[in-house]
Amino acid sequence: MTLNEHPLRHISSKAWTWVRQNLMSTWYNGVLTLICLWLLYQGLRWGVVWATTQADWQVIPANLSLFFVGQFPPGQIWRLWLILMLVSGLGGLSWGNRSGILPRQLRRGGLLILGLLLIAAIAVPLSLPLRVWILAVTVTFMAGFGLGYYDQGYLGKWIPLAWVFVLLAGLWLIRGGLGLKFVPTNLWSGLLLTLLTAILSILLSFPLGVLLALGRQSQLFVIRGFCILYIEIIRGFPLIGILFTAQVMLPLFLPVGTRPDRVVRAIAGLVLFSAAYLAENVRGGLQSIPRGQVEAARALGLNPVLVVWLIVLPQALRAVIPAIVGQFIGLFKDTSLLAIVGLVELTGIARSILANPNFLGDYAEVYLFVGLIYWVFCMSMSLASRRLEQQLSVREQ
Amino acid sequence: MAKWGFIVTTALLAMSLVSCGGEPTDPTAAGVGTGQSRLGTVLNRGQLICGVSGQLPGFSFVDQSGRYTGLDVDICRAIAAALFDDPTAVEFRNLNAKERFTAVQTGEVDVLSRNTTWTISRDSSVGLEFAPVVFYDGQGIMVRRSDNIQSLEDLKNQSICTQTGTTNEQNLADQMRKRGIPYQPVVFEDINTAYATYAEGRCQAVTSDRSQLLSRRSTLPQPKNHLILNEVLSKEPLAPAVAGGDHQWFDVVKWVVYATIEAEELGITSANLDELTSSSDPVVRRFLGVEGDLGQGLGLDNDFAAQVVKHIGNYGEIYNRHLGPQTSLDLERGLNQLWTAGGLLYAPPFR
Amino acid sequence: MTRFPIQLKPFWRDVRFWRYAGQVLAVVAIASFALLLWNNLSRNLQQLGIQLGFDFLQSQAAFDIGETPIAYSPTDPYRQALLIGLLNSLRIMVVGILLATVVGVTVGIARLSDNWLVRQLAALYVETLRNTPLLLQLFFWYFAVFLNLPATRNALVLPGSIYLSQRGILLPWLQPNTVTPIWLACLGGGLVLVGGIWFRQQQRRQQPGSASRIWLVVLSAIALAGLLAWLLTAQPPLDWDLPRQTGAGLAGGLWLSSEFATLLIGLTLYTAAFIAEIVRAGIQAVPKGQWEAARALGLQSGLVMRLVVFPQALRIIVPPLTSQYLNLAKNSSLAIAVGYPDIYFVASTTFNQTGRAVEVMLLLMGTYLSISLLISLVMNLYNRAVQVKER
Repeated sequence: MTLNEHPLRHISSKAWTWVRQNLMSTWYNGVLTLICLWLLYQGLRWGVVWATTQADWQVIPANLSLFFVGQFPPGQIWRLWLILMLVSGLGGLSWGNRSGILPRQLRRGGLLILGLLLIAAIAVPLSLPLRVWILAVTVTFMAGFGLGYYDQGYLGKWIPLAWVFVLLAGLWLIRGGLGLKFVPTNLWSGLLLTLLTAILSILLSFPLGVLLALGRQSQLFVIRGFCILYIEIIRGFPLIGILFTAQVMLPLFLPVGTRPDRVVRAIAGLVLFSAAYLAENVRGGLQSIPRGQVEAARALGLNPVLVVWLIVLPQALRAVIPAIVGQFIGLFKDTSLLAIVGLVELTGIARSILANPNFLGDYAEVYLFVGLIYWVFCMSMSLASRRLEQQLSVREQ
Repeated sequence: MAKWGFIVTTALLAMSLVSCGGEPTDPTAAGVGTGQSRLGTVLNRGQLICGVSGQLPGFSFVDQSGRYTGLDVDICRAIAAALFDDPTAVEFRNLNAKERFTAVQTGEVDVLSRNTTWTISRDSSVGLEFAPVVFYDGQGIMVRRSDNIQSLEDLKNQSICTQTGTTNEQNLADQMRKRGIPYQPVVFEDINTAYATYAEGRCQAVTSDRSQLLSRRSTLPQPKNHLILNEVLSKEPLAPAVAGGDHQWFDVVKWVVYATIEAEELGITSANLDELTSSSDPVVRRFLGVEGDLGQGLGLDNDFAAQVVKHIGNYGEIYNRHLGPQTSLDLERGLNQLWTAGGLLYAPPFR
Repeated sequence: MTRFPIQLKPFWRDVRFWRYAGQVLAVVAIASFALLLWNNLSRNLQQLGIQLGFDFLQSQAAFDIGETPIAYSPTDPYRQALLIGLLNSLRIMVVGILLATVVGVTVGIARLSDNWLVRQLAALYVETLRNTPLLLQLFFWYFAVFLNLPATRNALVLPGSIYLSQRGILLPWLQPNTVTPIWLACLGGGLVLVGGIWFRQQQRRQQPGSASRIWLVVLSAIALAGLLAWLLTAQPPLDWDLPRQTGAGLAGGLWLSSEFATLLIGLTLYTAAFIAEIVRAGIQAVPKGQWEAARALGLQSGLVMRLVVFPQALRIIVPPLTSQYLNLAKNSSLAIAVGYPDIYFVASTTFNQTGRAVEVMLLLMGTYLSISLLISLVMNLYNRAVQVKER
């Protein structure tokens, strides 16, 4: 009898210890726990009742493709799947190639996503082409991973170049031309437009931000002054104002009659805005580099440009990776403001779906779903950056 | 490698973005102030760029199949039909109330067909030219029947939703000031937001052009529960507009609109067009370009009016297709009848 | 002075030359770019028949504003409308910053609580709100929460007679009454008294230990003044202005419109999530030895936090906190999405009616820069106060 009870009692006493230590170490902690439990219970109960009886979730599956690709011509959707395949294939390749260095949690997360995708392709009742595409994306990813995993060394060198190729191919596939059907930018919408503007703005604002940060540290008075002026003015002004200026006022500053495409104008606004913030982050990194590094490099006979390029920047940028990722997460969220200046990105498409008479009043459902999409992207970026940060600090020690 | 890859990427991206923009070097965008008429640039381009609202069932709206439809849209298609004998040669751009004028001024769109009220200041200081009115409207107020509001006076201390950047906002302020009624304006930049806020009950009333109110009422969950007050706050003649200072292009737009009106007056419809080309009536023959050279004076084909009627129909057909009894809007024609039937539509002679 | 045979370097090998040349080049490049833009602008404006100038500010605004802290009617000029917008902006910024600080510090401390459940809930809050766009949150609050409240006739009544309805929140508020001046006079007298005592205390400051009782003196002086005022008036200085249901709707109390309340809640909760992270990082940066030493001295954990850890954490917290305040101020321009008439909203209506894009943008830019500078200035002063005083 005692033999049977023993392990059970052990576990229960361990659990009891945990509860005592973590939930009721003092009398007010106990009260806090009770209050929290009560709040949690009320919130959960209300949430479950709402989600199961009052919410009208029809709006999500009915507009699923609108959320993701917006008004992209249905006949041309295969181009977007192709981009997804390219990205997942190359992503798998890069990942496999570096799988030795990657932390285990990231690998586990990746496997989880992969498994979910497979389940989605097989178990969830989707249309046949959709299943085939999901399967194809998963298979390319695995193929890429395998290729990268068993081929240490040779392919690695070409991966950055391959990403450049994928990026350009992606742009071409979205825009069309050169043999493909042309898709005008007013049909670019939904998550597609969000990702496109975010990625392009991030890539373009990076060099501009680094240049501004270097300019701000420059010994040349004029350049330093100009950079400070630019950074401070932009940082003192709301993004919505900058986007509005780029959308409505930019044509006033261009030669008579020119009017760049609205997506280009939006990206220009985001880049100009983000670069100023990025410059401040990079400046922190630049200031953390000991003078000795620069002096040593100069003593070796490197010219100033090479000193910056080879010695200062690599160290400075490494030091501020977390801040830069944080900035990019901010930029990703900020693309939602494009909805106010008339672009139909993820938030914009949510608004236009809600304007549809059939879905009038489904605000909570739509905004929660869209919020979830944003959350998944931002959260995975911030988790990845946290792991990267830990890894860097471990390697330095 | 990674560094160089990055540099190459950025450079290529910057380049591709510029080329992606398409329009910075697009000669079609120019020609606002240059001697050349926009007619030439549109013809060269082979496509008309038309600014619409895209948010307003009955006037311009994207239907389930992704096609633009509505009265404003058909005016654009009629111009395209007159220019290219092809009503699909139009690219539509959605413009909000705020950016619509800049879009015309800077030449982003060739025509603005976006239920825009013709006012003296827009004609003069904003620098637009207005084609003939395609819809005579007036500002109205929509309320919920259950609130028991009969007149503006009943809206004392209530919230009224409206959209910023429209004449409606100012007209409302004028009317309420004139009558000394205090109220709370709740103003939104986005028209959908304004109606959604009214629909949810935050505002006791919403104000806009009556046609827009009717169109929007049809999209509310229980249209019968909403009442449009009889009071008309203003007159709102809605007309297409082009940039000022380009008479040739202005004439084309103007006479395409007149052609739809004249066709109805002459009894020409898309159905009986083919029979009437062999008509002996000289007025009809001239109108359809069977004889005479009316089109050439505009820089178009002589049978431009026939093309318009063939593809789009006359004004009555357009009206009935989008706003008539068979539609969910079911707007009475009222002022938008021909002058012969007691309305205001009147086309100068095609001679 | 001995002269060494100097080999004259050609000027293009001289660093100083290139420095100057570079600067001159930069000036020329920037100036010509600016000139180009200016040329384009004036050509464009000329074509549109617009002249630059701020005289439009004097003409009649002709539009109505929903919330007006000071008197306004559509007959007033644009500058009055813009002033209303500015006041509305300042209202949301000040209240938002105060509330966000309170919520943020609370959540930040909760993230380090001994209590597992509290920690998890705080983490959930922070990770949810930090990782979704503010604009989306504002839409959510406005459409999914506020517009789903009942109409004014059957408003929700929370304990403490807080009324919730679609038109907004009604809060109980204090209102001055007839005896308020007497109370003010008494309290003023008390304060003068305190000032006198403080002044004498300052003079006697050489003796250590005497300064610690000053608060007792201040408190008793205020209590005395209060007692005097009560004896004189037998009435509290302020009356509660309680919201109540009347036939036509709700009346009384302090009315926060749904638009204002949405913006306030959205900005507060969003910024508080960031502030919580800053507070947590700041507290964690205080060395463990400080905790242990304070505990060893016998302080309770609440006191350790208040007296030892938090003052030190403040030094790390204040600089990033400043930038969160600046973010809140700038993000308040999202008012335009939920229809709250702040400065950006009014300016954009002004632009729309007058077509004066350039001037309106310049005005806006000046306004936001001044507000940002003001916040930075105040926070820098505060920062200086909390930093370690070194000799």
